[in-house]
Amino acid sequence: MSALENGPPLITPGRPGPSAPPLVSARNLALLRGERLVFAGLSFAVPEGGALLLTGANGAGKSSLLRCLAGLLPPLEGELLWRGEDALADRAAHALRIRYAGHAEALKPSLTVAENIAFWARLWGGDWRAALAAVALDTLADLPARVLSSGQRRRLALARLLLGEPLLWLLDEPTVGLDAASVARLGAMLAAHRAKGGAVIAATHLPLPLPGAEELAL
Amino acid sequence: MIALFLREIRLALRHPGDSLAAVLFFVLVCALFPFGVGPAPDLLARIAPGALLAAALLAALLPLDRLFGAEAEDGSLDQLLLSGLSPAAVAFAKAAGHWVTTGVPLLAAAPVAAALLNLPVEAWGVAVAALGLATLVLSLLGSAGAALTLGARRGGVLLPLLVLPLAIPALIFGAAAIEAAAGGLSARPFLFLLGALLALSAVLSPLAAGAALRAE
Repeated sequence: MSALENGPPLITPGRPGPSAPPLVSARNLALLRGERLVFAGLSFAVPEGGALLLTGANGAGKSSLLRCLAGLLPPLEGELLWRGEDALADRAAHALRIRYAGHAEALKPSLTVAENIAFWARLWGGDWRAALAAVALDTLADLPARVLSSGQRRRLALARLLLGEPLLWLLDEPTVGLDAASVARLGAMLAAHRAKGGAVIAATHLPLPLPGAEELAL
Repeated sequence: MIALFLREIRLALRHPGDSLAAVLFFVLVCALFPFGVGPAPDLLARIAPGALLAAALLAALLPLDRLFGAEAEDGSLDQLLLSGLSPAAVAFAKAAGHWVTTGVPLLAAAPVAAALLNLPVEAWGVAVAALGLATLVLSLLGSAGAALTLGARRGGVLLPLLVLPLAIPALIFGAAAIEAAAGGLSARPFLFLLGALLALSAVLSPLAAGAALRAE
């Protein structure tokens, strides 16, 4: 478990002044999966423009923490705050200010690349063509998703990050299957997102271009 | 919600196997009755209303266990729950998609099934109306059942055990409507009762399904 548990909030460099509440923070968070206590007493804070890297062994609870932050898993105890207010009080509003990229890519193999991303663009808004171009899949837009390689599928899933205007990106092993060029493109996406005041919380075992990120070991 | 509904239709058009399997099941079950009870036209016509409804409801049940299962497996369900749509709206759109991709093809096959069961031609219109309402009710109840059994170890077995008892009123009123039409009586009271069931299901089922999805 991290040295941060029960400790003072961790603040990474960010835009608002020191008195402004962080974009997202957790206080004494505990999570139960089945009958197992995954973690307890977890506290951290991430300001606008900040980044937090979750590390730890398999099964340490990184993915569960990301799902909890997304509102997909309720915490057993503790507080999850968005700018100092209860983040999960309005789940629909919370859903729109975060974007979660989990292990599963949420793609429909029988739909084309364009149809897959355009569906989510209809729900979240945003320019899906620009999103496809950002992950270098615009030339494959008319291909069925079933013919994509695993790396291309991952890129298509990551293109969803660029739809709408979510402030917090929750990334679960985002670089799995990506080649060096794709990792570099993801790095550029992350940097642009943070430069606009967005925040990133990512779990990974692989190098992730997230300069200045604080680390939270689970 | 409309985007999700349209995607359901598009996916079904790309993979028509599920809809086709339901239609074939429906027609085959209706074709089996003459072999089981004998080809006597009067006997077949007498059992036709109940047989049609039961076969259609069972056929519509076939693809229900994948209604949310496929979305959960490929990660789409998580994204849908984070899409800003309420879980009840997601469930409603999925139920509507299920009806259009399964219920409507069954309606198209209803005249064939009715002919196999020697249902009088003057009752075919009411049979289609009753089947339409009953399969709508089943799609809504089924969406709640599919959400409740999502992740259960024997979800495919649990689902019919959960949904079919709830569909019995639809079966009774639907069969009664067809029987009334075949006997030259008005089917309207039974169709209105089916409509009332549909209204109830349309309100309660998405709420139940949404609560189950949120707890998943």
